[in-house]
Amino acid sequence: MFYRETGQFKQSYAADQAVFPILQDRLGLAVILLVAFVAVPLFGNEFLLASVMVPFLILSLGAIGLNILVGYTGLLSLGSAAFMGVGAYSAYKLSTIFPGVNILVWILCSGFFAAGIGVLFGLPSLRIKGFYLAVATLAAQFFLQWCFVRISWLYNDNPSGAIEVPARTLFGLAITGPSATPVTRYLVVLVIVAVMTLLASNIVHGRIGRTWMAVRDMDIAAQLMGIRLLPAKLLAFAVSSFYCGVSGALMVFLWLGAAEPSAFDIKLSFLLLFMVIIGGLGSMIGSFFGAALIHILPIVIRMLPEALGLPIAAATVEHLTYLIVGALIIFFLIVEPHGLARLWQIAKQKLRVWPFPY
Amino acid sequence: MNAASETLLAVDGVSLSFGGVKAITDVSFDIRKGEIRAIIGPNGAGKTSMLNVVNGFYHPQHGRITYKGKTRPRMRPYQAASQGIARTFQNVALFRGMTTLDNIMVGRTLKMHRGLLWQMLRYGPAMREEIEHRRVVEDIIDFLQIEAIRKTPVGKLPYGLQKRVELGRALAMEPELLLLDEPMAGMNIEEKEDMCRYILDLNKHFGTTIALIEHDMGVVMDLSDRVVVLEYGHKIADGTPEVVKADPKVIEAYLGVGH
Repeated sequence: MFYRETGQFKQSYAADQAVFPILQDRLGLAVILLVAFVAVPLFGNEFLLASVMVPFLILSLGAIGLNILVGYTGLLSLGSAAFMGVGAYSAYKLSTIFPGVNILVWILCSGFFAAGIGVLFGLPSLRIKGFYLAVATLAAQFFLQWCFVRISWLYNDNPSGAIEVPARTLFGLAITGPSATPVTRYLVVLVIVAVMTLLASNIVHGRIGRTWMAVRDMDIAAQLMGIRLLPAKLLAFAVSSFYCGVSGALMVFLWLGAAEPSAFDIKLSFLLLFMVIIGGLGSMIGSFFGAALIHILPIVIRMLPEALGLPIAAATVEHLTYLIVGALIIFFLIVEPHGLARLWQIAKQKLRVWPFPY
Repeated sequence: MNAASETLLAVDGVSLSFGGVKAITDVSFDIRKGEIRAIIGPNGAGKTSMLNVVNGFYHPQHGRITYKGKTRPRMRPYQAASQGIARTFQNVALFRGMTTLDNIMVGRTLKMHRGLLWQMLRYGPAMREEIEHRRVVEDIIDFLQIEAIRKTPVGKLPYGLQKRVELGRALAMEPELLLLDEPMAGMNIEEKEDMCRYILDLNKHFGTTIALIEHDMGVVMDLSDRVVVLEYGHKIADGTPEVVKADPKVIEAYLGVGH
């Protein structure tokens, strides 16, 4: 009813090639950004900011990274947690070796280290596809995690084997370490995630994104269009790992505060893959949907009994949460195998033609 | 067509085998600039293999290919693409998850040069480049009369339109040599007529050289300037449609011989 593009005539190709060609979409995005930048920090409590929103945004960024690889380029990867780890450890090393440089610079730079490692482990992708590539990236997962445990130089010979985030400031305001307030951490993460999402969205809507999707949909035809497979796939690995790396660095520096190698184990890789599949392969907004379903939904379910005044033991609630989230994942996949992003698209399509069926 | 016009592509003594299976044996023919050249033959004659050799998918064991005056033993598909050889497939090979517009835009890949940094910003030069190529793509969409399905994912399109989009994608490369692998397979008479019209228009107005594989003999004989006939990987006839039609070997290959 309100979501209708009738009367919005495009007078130039520039307007038609826009990422959000429909006015209502742009308004919706503006509202979301307004809520995220103003309302949430103003009215959100510490729990909402530190335990819900910050992890949600960081996981979304990781999911976007993985989505570039799996959803847009069609290369199955199980090494995303390891690439996040590379980002986290390189940000840690850089910030302890050069404490004078702003931590945000190092968090973003850590992405380049992850990108380099990602390209290295992406090399087999020219020869192998699908599940076999997943197994090859699994090697990255185990090898890199082994490095995080065994190479003590990476964690500065810390006897606990963990990396602990040093306190760092931006414009005199603590953004990492124990003294950083949730609001500052949230805003820093939000800015980084928003800007990087915009850049990723631009890439996938342009020539490079089309190249990736061409490789995904029909690599033989893509070659005939003049696309060289290896550079295209390696670029996807690089960009994807860059995003994972930054997300890993953010995870340690602005969310957890300290991390052991087990923080980057295969479970996290699987979680990211679930987010991407459930959210929607090849969709930016799907990455956010997926992260919300996997991270926020369990929190909401856990809080429900208390909010409703039901006398259920905490352990039971925990088990029930697993059950319900699992069932919901299966439900969503049956209803729409292409993910929540597709459901969202269908809903918008229905709205456009409402009250008629088509 | 002008018979004296220069040779665009010459295939010289090409043999291709996969293990013990000989797909092509010592085949030579040429394609002149500006002509419509048909390659025909019964199933399994090596027609598609021949196209794959021309655009670099298969590397023949023997023989040479001369394209635009340059002889080479082998080349890669992207080299063929960058030198102006475009191709459509027998079984439609579109990028199914992408819209018609995006599919055709992929055909412009080689002509777009802005790197990752500009692409990330989607502003200034990157956006200008995008719009400039969108304009070219819109011309192709107009030419093929597929305006209405611009934003439709190609996976949802009917077969005849998919074939048309695939032709559009090949055209977006502004090819000098266009290889069409059964452009009319599985089409009804109306779609076939449309496709014939596009092929003729392309050839007449844009001067595109076309090599096509087709099983509909009526189409082949009407469209093409010269025909080469393959059977079991051997060339059995080569010449104008009239000559080929009258060749006893061709009749034998298609109709069989009385025993």
